[in-house]
Amino acid sequence: MQIYDVAENGLRGLNATLQAQGKETNQTNWVVQNPKGSHAIAVGLDAPIDVTVKGSTGYYCAGMNQQAIVRVEGSVGPGVAENMLSGTVIVEGDASQYAGATGHGGLLVIKGNASSRCGISMKGIDIVVHGNIGHMSAFMAQAGNLVVCGDAGDALGDSLYEACLFVRGSVKSLGSDCIEKEMRPEHLELLKDLLERAGSDAKPEEFRRYGSARQLYNFDIDNAAAY
Amino acid sequence: MCGIVGLFLKDRTLEPRLGGMLTDMLVTMTDRGPDSAGIAIYGKESTGNAKLTVQSDTPDKDFAALAAELGAAIGANVTLRANDTHAVLELDSAKVEQARRAVRELRPGMRVMSDGAAIEIYKEVGLPKDVAERFSLSGMAGSHGIGHTRMATESAVTTEGAHPFNTGSDQCLVHNGSLSNHNALRRKLKREGVRVESMNDTEVGAAYLTWRMQRGATLGEALESSLEDLDGFFTFVVGTRDGFGVVRDPIACKPAVMAETDKYVAFGSEYRALVNLPGIDEARVWEPEPATVYFWSH
Repeated sequence: MQIYDVAENGLRGLNATLQAQGKETNQTNWVVQNPKGSHAIAVGLDAPIDVTVKGSTGYYCAGMNQQAIVRVEGSVGPGVAENMLSGTVIVEGDASQYAGATGHGGLLVIKGNASSRCGISMKGIDIVVHGNIGHMSAFMAQAGNLVVCGDAGDALGDSLYEACLFVRGSVKSLGSDCIEKEMRPEHLELLKDLLERAGSDAKPEEFRRYGSARQLYNFDIDNAAAY
Repeated sequence: MCGIVGLFLKDRTLEPRLGGMLTDMLVTMTDRGPDSAGIAIYGKESTGNAKLTVQSDTPDKDFAALAAELGAAIGANVTLRANDTHAVLELDSAKVEQARRAVRELRPGMRVMSDGAAIEIYKEVGLPKDVAERFSLSGMAGSHGIGHTRMATESAVTTEGAHPFNTGSDQCLVHNGSLSNHNALRRKLKREGVRVESMNDTEVGAAYLTWRMQRGATLGEALESSLEDLDGFFTFVVGTRDGFGVVRDPIACKPAVMAETDKYVAFGSEYRALVNLPGIDEARVWEPEPATVYFWSH
């Protein structure tokens, strides 16, 4: 196990060290000490390494992640796992706004609550939040799955494309063009797998599914005069 | 941008360390606001007296005979404690309004930063570290305080554009964000007879709260109605004689983190500002909800 102390050796050095790990690296386990809310901790990783951050972080933790597993033993600031491509990011505490924004792939797990704009413009990432999410979550979400074990705030899934949203608790309000949809067996299967991988004991049957009504983004010949 | 810090002590034994803790928080927020910095600190009160904090660009000249001249003008005993470009005038609390008028006449170039039994406001242009040093903020004691680091967007980088703003006796406001209807609101407030001195958006926000409270609203009610009447982005932190409050606009783009232990309640624009507080690892840390007014008081 490799230990990196941010207070002692600096943030730039941390990211340079982690980014230098190649696919065949033997140094696969990293512990990051004294993050002290710093921004951009463990960003741009592209190797199958396991990084544990001992404390809370600031903006953009684990952004642009590929392959790596990043675990944060604390809370994260805005934009955690932004634009993630693959790998796993696990946050033991809460996440601030736009968690998992624009993510293309991989799994983001938030064990506490996520605030506003969670999964905004997500493009294939899977996000599982054990607690609640704030307003405007999954705004213009294009692909991937957002699973919320608690409640969702206002305007969930506004201007949604093809992302799937699953909420166990209440939804304060749905955004434009977001509707409740039937939960079919394949969705229960999908949920079971995501909940298991996210370490949640919630039952798939307890969730409701929301998706796009497809009225907003599809060209409709009856509306041709409006263009 | 802009950075906000706030610290409200529940444990009175920490009071001598308030300035030190707030200074550390303030300097950490330099990246969010390197243009100017300010702090409102709620310190020792003396019975029957009020404190008027004033600022001058030529303090040696303006402060020299001020206590005596002001005392003669209002017919009361006035003491003066100078601190760099600022001075705290202590006088009979019944004579505050009279003193404000007299200061304007005696020293037209001077600015009144605040009045109240406990509040003192210090603010200047420059890096937060330099501002903190020139006022020796780290040595100040008090029960609670609010600080601000400014990255100017809506008006010039000047002392009067820096935060906090005094909104009424012992009350102050700091702001992260930008108000978009401040010109219309400034005209409306002027028609109502409310004095707004600068082109700064936050001063309008502060004047709005003052105006609402003059018309009978409590601070809580004034903050609630600000959610209706103010357009734009804001995270506000307000200070009162015995506490402090937080409110964010409904969109809540401007960041905010709070931490609470049995010894204090702390506010930071970012968690970084809170990391050196005692017992932070065991504190309850959370993000305040949008469009929700929070308050703590002694």
